[in-house]
Amino acid sequence: MPTVRIPAPLRKLTNDQEVVAASGTTLGAVLDELNTAYPGLGERILDEQGVIRRFVNIFVNDEDVRFLQEKETPVKETDEISIVPAIAGG
Amino acid sequence: MSTKPWFSNLKCRECGRLYEKEAIHICEFDFGPLEAAYDYEAIRGVLTRDLIESRPQTMWRYRELLPIDGEPTVGTQVGFTPLVKADRLAKALGIRSLWIKNDSVNYPTLSFKDRVVSVALSRARELGFEVVACASTGNLANSVAANAANAGLKSYVLIPSNLEQGKVLGSLVYGTNVIGIKGPYDQVNRLCSEIAGKYGWGFVNVNLRPYYAEGSKTMGFEIAEQLGWRLPRHTVACMASGSLLTKLHKAYKEFTDLGIVEKSTFSIHGAQATGCSPISAAFKHGTDIVKPVQNPDTIAKSLAIGTPADGYYAIRSMRETGGSCEDCTDAEIVEGIKLLAETTGIFAETAGGVTVACAKKLIASGKIPADEEAVLCITGHGLKTQEAITGKCGEPRVIGPSLREFEALVADEVSIAS
Repeated sequence: MPTVRIPAPLRKLTNDQEVVAASGTTLGAVLDELNTAYPGLGERILDEQGVIRRFVNIFVNDEDVRFLQEKETPVKETDEISIVPAIAGG
Repeated sequence: MSTKPWFSNLKCRECGRLYEKEAIHICEFDFGPLEAAYDYEAIRGVLTRDLIESRPQTMWRYRELLPIDGEPTVGTQVGFTPLVKADRLAKALGIRSLWIKNDSVNYPTLSFKDRVVSVALSRARELGFEVVACASTGNLANSVAANAANAGLKSYVLIPSNLEQGKVLGSLVYGTNVIGIKGPYDQVNRLCSEIAGKYGWGFVNVNLRPYYAEGSKTMGFEIAEQLGWRLPRHTVACMASGSLLTKLHKAYKEFTDLGIVEKSTFSIHGAQATGCSPISAAFKHGTDIVKPVQNPDTIAKSLAIGTPADGYYAIRSMRETGGSCEDCTDAEIVEGIKLLAETTGIFAETAGGVTVACAKKLIASGKIPADEEAVLCITGHGLKTQEAITGKCGEPRVIGPSLREFEALVADEVSIAS
């Protein structure tokens, strides 16, 4: 199953787990599965329209999904997904 | 100075939720940035022009509007850089009145980053950190390394591995731990976000970012004070993350709201390098959705941030103040550096070349009207980015130590006083 790295501010929702596994063939499906396993996680990452929030960056194998197909980005069993807060740096 | 808690909370810029003044930088609910909030009513009765003028000429003379609890302990001599009237540059650019806010001579590391680091490390100490760190395009690394060395804090600075020599050496010399990352700044930044979540370090522009960012306001406070307690009609600042621009805006608003300056119309304009201009591109397209730049390509490496954290807010500040935004090519950056140097005697790094080149375009297009006044914020020193202009300013003409050779050389240029 693809693995997902959870950023510190969301770990309260994943019982302090830094990395969790979730199945799905697209990023959107993985996020849905995550929200089922850890209720509340979805609304932190996606806005009311289901779009990735302005201040959230998601990477599939180090590639920003905004350069890929956003939620439609295909994911493979071995892929590593990272959720990273956008506000940093500069 | 009193230690009354002028600085009250951290507050989410998006939803307004309040947080304790800890080493956190984003809202748990919407990932929005946390920002320092103050008790302005308490400050209003205390902070006056007279009080500020009675204090030493450093950025800490505005201490009530900076987010620490006690007295500053790091970078106590930072700031109050010159505001230089630039009549010859004004003439060259075709504007009535022009000033340079010259942070290329900020203390101790010759860039505006000393302001933000001074606040971040003072706060890091209050929060009990023993190791401080940053993700940097160079100037921030220099400042964290130097100020941490002086404060006796251990430091790690993470930078793209392809930075200018001057910026790499300008960190190494302080005995810090310099880690070069193979990849652009945005990947350095992402790595730092992950490290910050795992190690108990004070990352000045990650988990200490709400404190760090406020330091930039002091550039705006100083401009207003040095103009004789008034706001400039136009201010031009270069943008990497866009944070400086938003904090100039905040500074002008705070001074106005507190009655320290009279309310007046001001516009803040942004400048980027075309090779990495996500904020400028969004502004010009009339949107506030900042599309990341995957592979920045510009000699202005200090501005090469493809995913600018404050891009959205910088656009809002420019729109709200009637400002505008421009970008410029590498060749224009070099011309900007040379023009500034030749007309003001100020040697700016590439980012300063960006500011001058974009100001030139903004004046030429009338976005900054020719009969008005502007302040250009010059944020770093040219000795740090020498590669950018090497071979582009001519070469010394070499002769033997002979008066005859000298006279032959300058025969067409000067007449000898008889």
